[in-house]
Amino acid sequence: MAKYKTEPLKCWDKAKELRSEVYDRIAKARDEGTMIVSGGTESAISLPAGFDMEFFGGEPYVAGCAFMGKNDSSKYMKYFETAEAAKFPRDLCAYMRLSVGSLLCNSYAFGGTYPKPAFNLQTHICDTQGKWYQIMSELEGVPYNALDLIPFEWESEYESEESKNLKHKYLKDQMLDIIDWMEDISGKKYDDEKFINALNCECESASLWAQCCMVNRSIPAVMDEKMMHSLYVIAALMRHEKASVNFYKELLDELKDRAERGIAAFENERLRLLLDGMPPWHSLEIYRYIEEFGGVSIGSHFSFGVSGGWAYDSKQDTRVPAMPPKEAGVELRTREDACSWYSKWLLNTNTILRSLKLSGQGKNKHILDLVKKWNVDGVLIHLNRGCEGTAAGQMEIRYFLAENNIPVITFEGNHADIREFDLPRVKTTINTFMETLDLKKL
Amino acid sequence: MIESFKRIYDNRHEYIGKWKEKHPDRKIMGYMCTSMPEEIIYAANALPIRILGGHESQNVSQQHMMGTFCPFSRDVLAQGLLGKYDYLDALGITHTCQHIYQAYESWVLHKNIKSFYIPTPNTSQTPHALPYLRGQLKLFLEKLEDWTGRKIGENDLRRGIEIVDTTRKLMKQIYEMRKSESPPISGLDSMLMVVAAQMSDKEEFNTILEDVIKNELPGRKAKATPSSRLMLIGSEHDDVKFIEMVENLDAIIVIDDHCTGSRYFWNTTEQNEDALTDIANRYIKKPPCPIKDFPVRKRTAHIVNLANEWNVAGVIEIQQKFCDPHELDRVAVSKALEKAGFPILNLEADVTMPVGPFRIRVEAFLEILSSEELF
Repeated sequence: MAKYKTEPLKCWDKAKELRSEVYDRIAKARDEGTMIVSGGTESAISLPAGFDMEFFGGEPYVAGCAFMGKNDSSKYMKYFETAEAAKFPRDLCAYMRLSVGSLLCNSYAFGGTYPKPAFNLQTHICDTQGKWYQIMSELEGVPYNALDLIPFEWESEYESEESKNLKHKYLKDQMLDIIDWMEDISGKKYDDEKFINALNCECESASLWAQCCMVNRSIPAVMDEKMMHSLYVIAALMRHEKASVNFYKELLDELKDRAERGIAAFENERLRLLLDGMPPWHSLEIYRYIEEFGGVSIGSHFSFGVSGGWAYDSKQDTRVPAMPPKEAGVELRTREDACSWYSKWLLNTNTILRSLKLSGQGKNKHILDLVKKWNVDGVLIHLNRGCEGTAAGQMEIRYFLAENNIPVITFEGNHADIREFDLPRVKTTINTFMETLDLKKL
Repeated sequence: MIESFKRIYDNRHEYIGKWKEKHPDRKIMGYMCTSMPEEIIYAANALPIRILGGHESQNVSQQHMMGTFCPFSRDVLAQGLLGKYDYLDALGITHTCQHIYQAYESWVLHKNIKSFYIPTPNTSQTPHALPYLRGQLKLFLEKLEDWTGRKIGENDLRRGIEIVDTTRKLMKQIYEMRKSESPPISGLDSMLMVVAAQMSDKEEFNTILEDVIKNELPGRKAKATPSSRLMLIGSEHDDVKFIEMVENLDAIIVIDDHCTGSRYFWNTTEQNEDALTDIANRYIKKPPCPIKDFPVRKRTAHIVNLANEWNVAGVIEIQQKFCDPHELDRVAVSKALEKAGFPILNLEADVTMPVGPFRIRVEAFLEILSSEELF
């Protein structure tokens, strides 16, 4: 007999619909010759929103390719093989290789030719990001620019205000320059009002997703991580749009209601896990496998951070959903106001930049906070050969958790390249982990 | 003398031990990336030394770093965990690649050591990078003042610049000599010279360099007969056995683009503004490594230019296994070199070098370089 009540998420279909719409709109823009801007999804996507454009974010697109490749590998494998034939080494970022392969094949996974952008705009958040779209731009023959983002350090480092001010000014000044650059290369007039509206939506979407994650502290969890991947992707794709804000408001209400009524994501939850690292998009069934033991992944540093806006609260010594401008009582009136807010927002609220935020001590503190606040019983760490940015610090986190008697196990794989993911072996690793916890299949 | 380079490299820890006996009141800071502004550390009357790997198999870093992080970074961390650098008073790093940064983080986590992190810019191409870096260098300077208990003034900074720039100028002078048909110094000795400069007190090292230039290099031939002139490029590389193997064949390495080579010292400090701005400007203008080379690709032109000026027949790219930054540049750099008429051989290095298999590949490459065009 089930331990908890469960029911499907009402927002599920809406999430799928919004996700499809984005890819349809990109295809339409390609066919009609309207403006497409491309770059990593952690880019400052509200910046080009000062134009009428579609944003074609690299990571969610190729994550989709990896997921679809499970059932039909013809395009997916061709993308990899084409990138490798062009001499891009196989141990590089798997997202980047899929992206380069898709471009070189002139193929859009959702049909037709690869959507060529007017320009690429990237934010450099790991060793690969700034170079990825440099390569894409060279292959596409389109202009390229990148923001150099150097995030604020973890609170454990007591970074001086002077250092933070330098980083803030550095990023803000780059943003202002990039707006001029976009006007120059596109020959189009930049609309500050559209930019400000987009920024308000982006911050609100990120804050709302963080609030959704907070609801998942409930026992039983109202979302499992597999569901979360389908939900945070809306912000990854279109957080600068009003539709995204509306979606997360609806989702937050629904999650709160589920929590109040004790509706579980998984009816037999008995072991709350945190899966540190990126999901293996081609093998999402590992979440189902965990359920066979009564386990549920309640989220991860990645799922919480990739679309979430989190601010450090010194009184509680933890991270809480960051306040978007209006909630913080700030009205953004000018381009300068907006760039100033935006740069501070990106430097401060983006926990996904774990690899760039000094230090090891800060990373350990952050993971312990997640474990405690989300009532986690154990941690599975995906040592990701395909994304070393998110893998940075993971072995130290394993070491730290083990030292603190928190059950932890690692498995090596690749989030997007199925050739580097040994599913039976990962399942064996999970079996071993469950055995150490004295848990048998239900 | 030239032998001093190898002596310092082979006995780096003993060298520092003796140095410390002579300078008991001065502090030593180990650093992990050549973007570290050594000038400011000298200005603080401390000694900056670069930490490199030991090229020995080890198993101490495995539980701290993922297996697909580059062998160099794992080797560097191992040196710290094995206690080889326990004499350091502090550890420093700038914003650098993720792998070596992980080595720093783990070192700081597990060794009780004072640490300095300078969040330097990732790209030097925006005009805002200069004031930003200058600001961060000022904060670094203030932290050094606290650490050493010594005020650092403009004159101290100028003295630091003078020490480091002298090393740079002298080493560049020696690199210029390698343009000759019969270079007076081998690729191996040149590499040892650069890493020895990184591992020693530059005030002492400058006298060695001056002596080598004045008394040893004139009329000297590193190889008795002319050989194929090669360029070495890629990620950090200080593997003696590999370079020795290449130069024992019919080849001589005459130029490189490595952080254990030319990239470390290529440009000096233009003295136009206050000393901190001048120092920041020097690091902004230094030849970029791949992770700092965006949005515009400038590195390829620099490499091709070196290949042309030093008149090389071919290029060996020796890259640390799993080194993403250099892998990301590989296609563009190879294309640029091939377009300019320079054949390239790509090799991947580990902590210990498979010299035998590599010899076969280098021999084949040299055969290609010397083969007659028949069709």
